Amino acid sequence: MKKFAVILGLMIWGGLLIYIADDFPGWGDPQAPASVNLSPYYIEQSIPDTDVPNVVTSILADYRGFDTMFETAVIFTAGLACLFLLRSYSTKEPDVYLYRHTATGVILRIEKGGTIPVGSADFERIDATWVPHDLIIKTTCRLILPFVFIFALYVIAHGHHSPGGGFQGGVILGAATIIFAISYNLRTATRNITERFAAFFSAAGVLLYASTGVLCMFFGGNFLDYGALAPLFGTTIAGARSLGILIVEIGVGMSVMAVMSSIYYNISSNGRLNEGL
Amino acid sequence: MDVLGYIISKYNYWGFVLLMMVGMYAMIVKNNLMKKILGMNILQTAIILFFVSTSAKTKATLPILEHGHGDHAIHAVDYINPLPHVLMLTAIVVSVATLGVALALALKVYKEYGTLEEDEIFEAQKKKLNPEMQEGEVNS
Repeated sequence: MKKFAVILGLMIWGGLLIYIADDFPGWGDPQAPASVNLSPYYIEQSIPDTDVPNVVTSILADYRGFDTMFETAVIFTAGLACLFLLRSYSTKEPDVYLYRHTATGVILRIEKGGTIPVGSADFERIDATWVPHDLIIKTTCRLILPFVFIFALYVIAHGHHSPGGGFQGGVILGAATIIFAISYNLRTATRNITERFAAFFSAAGVLLYASTGVLCMFFGGNFLDYGALAPLFGTTIAGARSLGILIVEIGVGMSVMAVMSSIYYNISSNGRLNEGL
Repeated sequence: MDVLGYIISKYNYWGFVLLMMVGMYAMIVKNNLMKKILGMNILQTAIILFFVSTSAKTKATLPILEHGHGDHAIHAVDYINPLPHVLMLTAIVVSVATLGVALALALKVYKEYGTLEEDEIFEAQKKKLNPEMQEGEVNS
C-alpha cells in the first residue's frame, strides 16, 4: 500500500516538474538566463585576470576559491568519518600462521612462538582471502601502474590548458592505489602506501590550500588572492594567479588521492587493515 | 509537429525528471540499505545532469580559450557556460565522499544487526528496547 502511495506522490511531483519545464529555456539556448548574467565575465576576463585558458580551472581555483577550499575540507572530513566509524585497532592474533614458499609451493604451518618470515620475498602469507598467484593480472597491473601515476600527475599539472585539475588527477591517483590493492592484496598495498602516509597527505593537502591563502594575506592581499604573490614569484599579477592556481590544485590532488585510498582501505577490510580484497 | 518539436527542444529536462523519480522511488520504497544508497547516487546524478545541461549553447565550443595568448577577441557566445561545470565538478567529488560515508555506515549497521534489510533492523531494535516482549507481540 505504501508503495502505491509513494508512486502516486512521485507521479504528482514529476508531473509538476514536467509542467514547470515549460518556463525553462530550451536545449542549447544561448540566451538562457544562466548563460547571460555572470558567465560572460568569466569567459572574457579569464585570460587578463589569471592567464589561464581553461575557464573551468580559473573559476574553480581563483574566482570560486573559497568554495573549492571548503570542498576539499568536505573530502577530508569524509575520510576522517570513515576512519572513525570503521577503524579498529584491536588485532586478534591467530593461533596458527600459514606461509607459502612461492618457489616450491610448500606451505609452512607456524604455531605460536615460531619465527614468522615477515617481509621476506620468498614467502607469502595465506589467510582467509588468499587467492592463487595470478600472473597475468599482477604483471599487467605492475606494467600499467607507473603510467597511470604519471598520467595522473600530468592531469593535475596540465589543468590550466586542458580538461583536468586537482580533483580529476587526485581521483586517478586514488584509483591507481585501489588497482594496486586489488591486483596484489591489501597488505602489500598498505606496506607501500601506508595508512600513516594517507592520513598525512589528506591533511597536508588541505593545509597547503589554506596556507597559500594565508600567505597572500602576508603579502598584503585578501585571503586566496594569489595576485598578491607577484613579488614572490617575480611575475605579473596574472602570472602569479596562474602559479597560485597550480599550487592549490596540487593540494587538492594530494588530499583527494589520500582520502580515496584511506576510504578504500577501511571499507574493504572492515577497518582492520590486515586482511581484505 | 509542434508538440514533437517542444519535446525535442527540452529533452534534457525529461531525462532529469525520470532519473530523479527513479532515485526518489529507490530511496523511499526499497527495503535494503544498499539499494537506498544506490538510489541516492541516481538522484545526485539527475541533479548533475540538470545543471550541466543548462550550460549548453548551440554552436559553441568547450570553455577552453583558443591558444590563450592570441590577439583575437573572445566572445562569450562562442564558449559554453563554464560555471555549472565547476559547480558539478565539486558536486561529483562530494557525492563520492557521501557514498564512502554511507557505505561505512552500512558496514557498521551490518556488523551490529547482521542484516541490511530495514524491517529486520527495526524489529531487532524493538527487541533490544523491550527484551521481555514476546515474538508474537512485535507487530502490535
